[in-house]
Parts: sequence; structure tokens; C-alpha cells
Amino acid sequence: MDLVDLLLEPLSYDFMVRAIVTTALAAIVCAVLSCWLVLIGWSLMGDAVSHAVLPGVVLAYIVGAPFALGALVFALIAVTLIGVVRNTSRVKEDAAIGIVFTSLFALGLVLISVTPSQTDLNHIIFGNLLGVSIPDLIQVLVLGVVTFAILVLKRRDLTLYAFDPTHAHAIGLSPKRLGALLLGLLALTSVVALQTVGVVLVVAMLIIPGATAYLLTDRFSRMLVIAPVISAVCSIAGIYFSYYLDTASGAMVVLTQAAAFAVVYLFSPRQGLIGTRLAMARRRKAAALAA
Amino acid sequence: MSSPAILVENVTVHYGEVLALDAASLTVEAARICGLVGMNGSGKSTLFKAIMGMVKPDAGRVLINGEPPAKARKRGGIGYVPQSEDVDWQFPLSVHDVVMMGRYGHQGFTRRPSRADRDAVDLALDRVELSEFANRQIGQLSGGQKKRAFVARGIAQGATMMLLDEPFAGVDKRSEATITRLLKELASDGCTILVSTHDLHALPQLCDEAVLLMRRVLMHGPPEVVLQPEHLAMAFGLDVLNRDVTGGPDLPDASGLHDLPVIPDPGLAAPGVAKHPGRN
Repeated sequence: MDLVDLLLEPLSYDFMVRAIVTTALAAIVCAVLSCWLVLIGWSLMGDAVSHAVLPGVVLAYIVGAPFALGALVFALIAVTLIGVVRNTSRVKEDAAIGIVFTSLFALGLVLISVTPSQTDLNHIIFGNLLGVSIPDLIQVLVLGVVTFAILVLKRRDLTLYAFDPTHAHAIGLSPKRLGALLLGLLALTSVVALQTVGVVLVVAMLIIPGATAYLLTDRFSRMLVIAPVISAVCSIAGIYFSYYLDTASGAMVVLTQAAAFAVVYLFSPRQGLIGTRLAMARRRKAAALAA
Repeated sequence: MSSPAILVENVTVHYGEVLALDAASLTVEAARICGLVGMNGSGKSTLFKAIMGMVKPDAGRVLINGEPPAKARKRGGIGYVPQSEDVDWQFPLSVHDVVMMGRYGHQGFTRRPSRADRDAVDLALDRVELSEFANRQIGQLSGGQKKRAFVARGIAQGATMMLLDEPFAGVDKRSEATITRLLKELASDGCTILVSTHDLHALPQLCDEAVLLMRRVLMHGPPEVVLQPEHLAMAFGLDVLNRDVTGGPDLPDASGLHDLPVIPDPGLAAPGVAKHPGRN
């Protein structure tokens, strides 16, 4: 069997095609968003919001509302609660985030356990890439496209917010509103990624691509291209691995992204561990020769 | 007579229990360079924030050219040069990208740069003599160049007023002279400039006037008067005259961050001075 066959064989199954399309989409949207998250230092916030949307999604399922709506409401609740706990007690922010998101996540698990038709909902936790239905795909498509479009159109404002919110304020923009926009998009993105890798692993897709791209370039505009490309390629590769190795698909996607990060971490020309060590050794040698 | 460029009237600001500004009043006329002197916790940053409208005063009012700060901001009139430690120098942006951010207020929904925006950025970079570094990542500049990049952002913005937070921190003598010359040129073009600094040597060459701040405005006048040791002693809570300080103008660096200080921790000498809670 040659490479072409290897690549084509899974595509003969409809569920594999749907899985690949959904994953690529989620990977791209998450990766674009991740560029801002890693630069602002919101990785933990990404983790928090992506977990905290669980009860919202379950409730939306129960009443038959769109998942995105429930997710948005609970993202808002999570962020508000984190702010309240942080500002009105001596508890520091990371602890406040930890308390709020695990509690909301637990609430989501409890809601799942009391809801009939548990099988469907358990997929939200670990993802069910191979069981993506047509309506699932449409939902991911719509949310993904909307989120992606807003991120791309407002990318310059969001970057300004990440870099220098004081200047944003000084020129008459509202840093608060930009921050809220970013959090709202984070909630929507979480819903997109739920389907692929599940609540538990969403945060990987929200951090790894941005961090990988950050090690490769000094230009934000390039990060916004590199991150989604790497993420999409890794995710699709992850699905192929899971197909041939018969392993959990969502987890395989995350592992592939992690492997890409590891390679870049070691070998990136400017930021990579090996490159910088070599350059340091060269400089030392040159200094020794000069002395 | 038109309204002053900056009017701060009896502004009081609390952060929770902490009093940061206590009925501070200050008037700066257009095209003047005003130096703001005071130790940490004296309310310099808070005064900047009040002028930019980032904190709402509990009492008093701020007017920029006779207008509330919100209006002045919308017009793009207020330029801000942040303190070095408030900037993420690893951020993947080029000098050109940063200066372009000065244009956002003039641009449409997606901030797509027009020909005019690009020209304004090129002109601003040229003016601060950073054209050849336009494509460098901002962290790859020297201390003085970094400051000039942010001044260029204000120029590109078309700011009629510029607030500079510690523009001489981490800047060598030559760059200090360059920045001083640049700010004076801007002022002669009509830009009002407010500078907060610990670096008292630089003030007399740079400023038309100086302000001593200790939650209130203790003194406001020509730099050579305001910077007299007995006056500084009021603001820094130090008995400067009785110290064995030979260096004359080598005055306390209140932050304790630099190597300059000859005088022991001024924080101890000024009991009851609130630590600035606004920084996180």
C-alpha cells in the first residue's frame, strides 16, 4: 500500500470525512485565537472558560437551545465569578480561576449524570470526533466561520488590546469592550472545539498552536498564519494516526500538536533550545579565540 | 484667551481605602513642557490616569483643551508613552507596527491602513530618526530608541498632548539628549507635554515648568525654583540639606530601582506615604 492509498483509505468513510473537516475547522479557529491568548497571558483563562461552559452546554441540550448560547452564558458567569472572588477577597487570581472553573465543570458533570441520554453528553467531555453528525458539523461550521471572521476583522484592535490597553484607551477605544469581545469569542471557540477533542482537551488547541508559532516568528501577522496552518496540519495528521493506530482521536490530535511544539521548541532557528545553545557556544568559542 | 491644554481641578482619587490624589489642582498651558516630580505613591501615575480618564475622580474635574477627557480621546489628541516596565518587549511587533497603532483612531472598522496612514507613520519614524529600524522587533531597540518609537506613535497619531511616564529610565545620556531635543521640537510645534520622572538632572534642560507632587500639588513653577533642595525635601520627605550629599542635583531616586540614590530608603523617611496600589 503506498502513501496515496494510506491517505485516501480513511476518506472512503463518510464519518472520517466529517471528522477531518470538523477537526480542521476547529483547529484553525482555536489556533487563531490562541495567538492572543498566549501573548496576553490568558492561557489559564482559556482553560477556565473552556471547562466552565460545560454546564451551559448541558442545560442548552436539556432545553433544546443552541449549545453556543448556553456556553456564552456560562462563560460570562465564570468570568464574573472569577472577578468577584478575586476583587472582594484576598484570594489571588489563579486560585480564583481554579475554584470557579472546577466548580462549574463539576456542576456540568452532575447535570450530565442526572440527564437521560447520557451517551451523547459524555462525548462533550472527551470529544467524539468519529461520531460527528451532519447537524453537528453545520453547527461547528457556522460558529467557526463567525468566530473566525470576527477575529480576523478585529485582529488589529485585539492585538492593540493585548499589547498596550492604555494606548487603546487613550485613543478612545474601550479596552474593557475589547477584552469582553475576546472572552466571548473564547466561549464560542470552546463550543467549536468541544466536538473535536472534548472539554478536557480544548485548552490544548487554545494554547499549543499560538505558543508554537510564537517560537517561530517575531511578527504577529505571521503568527496568525503559522499557528492555524500548523494546527490544521497536526490535527488532520492526528486523525490519521488515530485511524491507523486505533487510538482515541481527540487525544491523538492533541498529542500531534504537542509533538509539533516539541520539535519547534528544540529546533526553531532563533528561539529553539538547540539553536540558541549552539549560538552561545559559538560566541564563547569566538570570545576564547579573541582572548 | 483659549482654555488651558490641561486643567486639573481639585481632583481626589481613592483606590479603596487608599488616598492617591487629594484635591490636586494643576493648569498647563498649550505648548509647554511640564515635569512632574514626586516619589512613588505620590500620585504621578494616578494623575496621568485621571488626565486620560482611566480613573474616575471621586471629586473634582479634568478638562483637556476645555473638553472632558473622553472627547479629547476620541479626537486622538492624547498620546501616551508608557513606562518601560509596563511594556512586553517580547511582543511580536515591529517598530512600524507599534507606530501604526497611533493611527487606529483615524481608521475604519478593521483599521486597514491607507496611504495617508502609511505616510504618517513614515514621517513620524523619520522625525524620531528610527526609519532604518522600522522593521525591527521592538525589543531589539536600545532604551532610548524604544522611547522614541512610542513618541513616534504619538506623532503619527497627531497628538496635541503627550504624557510620558519615566521617559529617561534605562536611557543613556546621549539618548536622553536626543529625546529632550525631540520633545522640545514637538512643544515648539504646539504639542503640550507632561513628563513624570525621577531623573531630576534632566528636568532643567527639558522643562519649562515643574510640579512637585505629593498627593497634592505642593509647588508649581520654573524648574530651577521647584528643584531647590528645600522644596524637594517637602516632596520626598527628606531632610536633604542636612545630608552629606555633595552631588548637588544628585537627588533621591525615590523608586529605589536605579543605582543613583545616595540617600537611604526615602520610604522610611516619609511615614504615611501610601504605596501605589494601581500597579499590579
